[in-house]
Amino acid sequence: MENIKEKTDDNLLEVKNLKISFKTDEGIITAVDGVNFTVKHGETLGIVGESGSGKSVSTWSIMRLLPKNSIIDKKSSIRFRKKDGKVVDITKLKARSKELRKIRGGEVALIFQEPMSSFSPVYTIGNQISEAVLQHRDVSKEEAQEIAIDMLDRVGIANPRQRFKQYPFELSGGMRQRAMIAVALSMNPALLIADEPTTSLDVTIQAQILELMNELQEELGMAIIFITHNLGVIAQVADKIEVMYLGKILERGTTKDIIQNPQHPYTQALLKAIPRLDHIGERLNAISGDIPSPLSRPTGCPFYTRCEKVIPGICDVKMPNPTKLSDTHTVYCFLYEEKNV
Amino acid sequence: MSKPLLEIKDLKVYFPIRSKNLFGGVTKYVKAVDGVSFHIEKGETLGLVGESGSGKTTVGRSILRAIEPTEGQVTYNLDGDAVDLAKLSDKEMRGFRKYMQLIFQDPYSSLNPRMTVRDIIAEPLVAQNLAKGDEVDERVREAAAYCKLNLEYLRRFPHAFSGGQRQRIGIARALISRPEFIVCDESVSALDVSIQAEILNLLMDLQAEFGFSYLFIAHDLSVVAHISKRVAVMYLGQFVELAPTKDLFLSPKHPYTEALMSAIPEVNPDIEMAPVHLEGEIPSPINPPSGCRFHTRCPYTQDICKTKIPEWKEINPGHFAACHFVDTLHLKGVEMPNSEDAN
Repeated sequence: MENIKEKTDDNLLEVKNLKISFKTDEGIITAVDGVNFTVKHGETLGIVGESGSGKSVSTWSIMRLLPKNSIIDKKSSIRFRKKDGKVVDITKLKARSKELRKIRGGEVALIFQEPMSSFSPVYTIGNQISEAVLQHRDVSKEEAQEIAIDMLDRVGIANPRQRFKQYPFELSGGMRQRAMIAVALSMNPALLIADEPTTSLDVTIQAQILELMNELQEELGMAIIFITHNLGVIAQVADKIEVMYLGKILERGTTKDIIQNPQHPYTQALLKAIPRLDHIGERLNAISGDIPSPLSRPTGCPFYTRCEKVIPGICDVKMPNPTKLSDTHTVYCFLYEEKNV
Repeated sequence: MSKPLLEIKDLKVYFPIRSKNLFGGVTKYVKAVDGVSFHIEKGETLGLVGESGSGKTTVGRSILRAIEPTEGQVTYNLDGDAVDLAKLSDKEMRGFRKYMQLIFQDPYSSLNPRMTVRDIIAEPLVAQNLAKGDEVDERVREAAAYCKLNLEYLRRFPHAFSGGQRQRIGIARALISRPEFIVCDESVSALDVSIQAEILNLLMDLQAEFGFSYLFIAHDLSVVAHISKRVAVMYLGQFVELAPTKDLFLSPKHPYTEALMSAIPEVNPDIEMAPVHLEGEIPSPINPPSGCRFHTRCPYTQDICKTKIPEWKEINPGHFAACHFVDTLHLKGVEMPNSEDAN
């Protein structure tokens, strides 16, 4: 197992050995299998992965927002440093405890992909922001309203007083995503989980939202976990990146490590598969085959079924151990493990 | 020079808005497409980009007559005979549909869950009576093979397949009637990166093999750049720029194109994004702004833009743009980094 020695005060979040399964009619599906990562104060961690990689499940578990049929393994731990300096293990909290409710929204906030469906259509935008404020801060209704209007203003919504009284359908997609960010940030969380926040937006709006998140991060000093499948977006926002595939982390490193010096065959293939403007007209390097179903997860390295550099008899037997290539760069692949032995 | 496969002239599609009173009279129109002209050569891919609400899907669908065009000509050159599709009756159009197909965005909702893969792929043949009996099966197998679908799959139902496989079923369905022109409406947008590359390669292979012409609609500019020979940029129902792919990306001539280019997140942490700020939101197509439609958000706007509609001009061979200041503005395109890091 990987040894996380850096137990300094910097670490806001330490996820260790995270394993999450779902009980379904067809059997037990393991969505996340032994994932470790840490987030420091004020930094942005990017998690890249395709559908079914477990990137959403592993981060939603930080707020314990998983469906009832989910099982978090007993050996998993999610240690979170609260604003008062105490460290709690979120996996051990009771499902309906007060402490968990305080962490949700107050300490860790979440913004989703779908700005259309993440608001209730029957309440005004203002109502939904001030409700969140009232839940977490000891303020009167009027004060909550002022905080909400101030927040709408800060995320760049013009006429915040008028928007406050409007319903979600009256806002465009980009506006709604801004309002969503306003809700998430109104409690001044230490950690913001952004789950594909710009995926359904146009490029121009996406650029605006990314800029806004950057500004607000500098201003408020929160840490961000940014989940996306878009390598362009991640290259622009993240300080460090975890590459996930079928519930496992295959490579981690700083953004430069991953984008400019990828070592895992999956990361390399993924980067070659995206159309790039400096390679117009060239044939793309597709990754052959499909992502295996989580019900029939391959044994060993999850990527071996599609890997060009697969070593038969090794890759399909067991999961490779982490190999440290540098202080920041770690890869889970037998190609590198052998060299080190 | 041979005639282009398709010539679209002054295409307009208006959707009426009925008032909510008892009589339901038409009060206003949503001008989804408002005067668009272009052509598509045989075997060429024309990319079409624009923000949501710009009318790009409506252009594609109205060429296929899936949406009735309000005005304009859609001339299809079938073996030298020019036919105006916009004027054909429904019955005449039916005979024409085998030449034109559509590949949808969502591979989940575009396949009927109660039909087997074989029946889905065969449907265009059956619906148009193009083949009978054993020939149907033969052609289904042929189309499936081109799309690299395992023939075992033909008896199964769509739910058993992943997104990439479903999209290949959709492509097999589109090519079985041996079309000449295919509209790809966000056909790879819903797919994962690794699968998207495979589908793009497949579309390009099929084009090389059969000489299809594509109208490739997408909001992802790098995908469009990759597959298209020329690219058109649409804003509020009109084209603002149309040029060969490299010209458009490297030296855009319209401020809106510049803004779009600047917003592409570059897969290179060394290049910092500097997106051009567009004021406000895309205006409503019910009451489009006067003069140049982009003037409300354009960073270079001047008085003339508010009143006078800019002319659609050819600046360089094949490079068209509609802007009053085409000759004086020096706009920034995509920076081409040294591709040494692109291992």
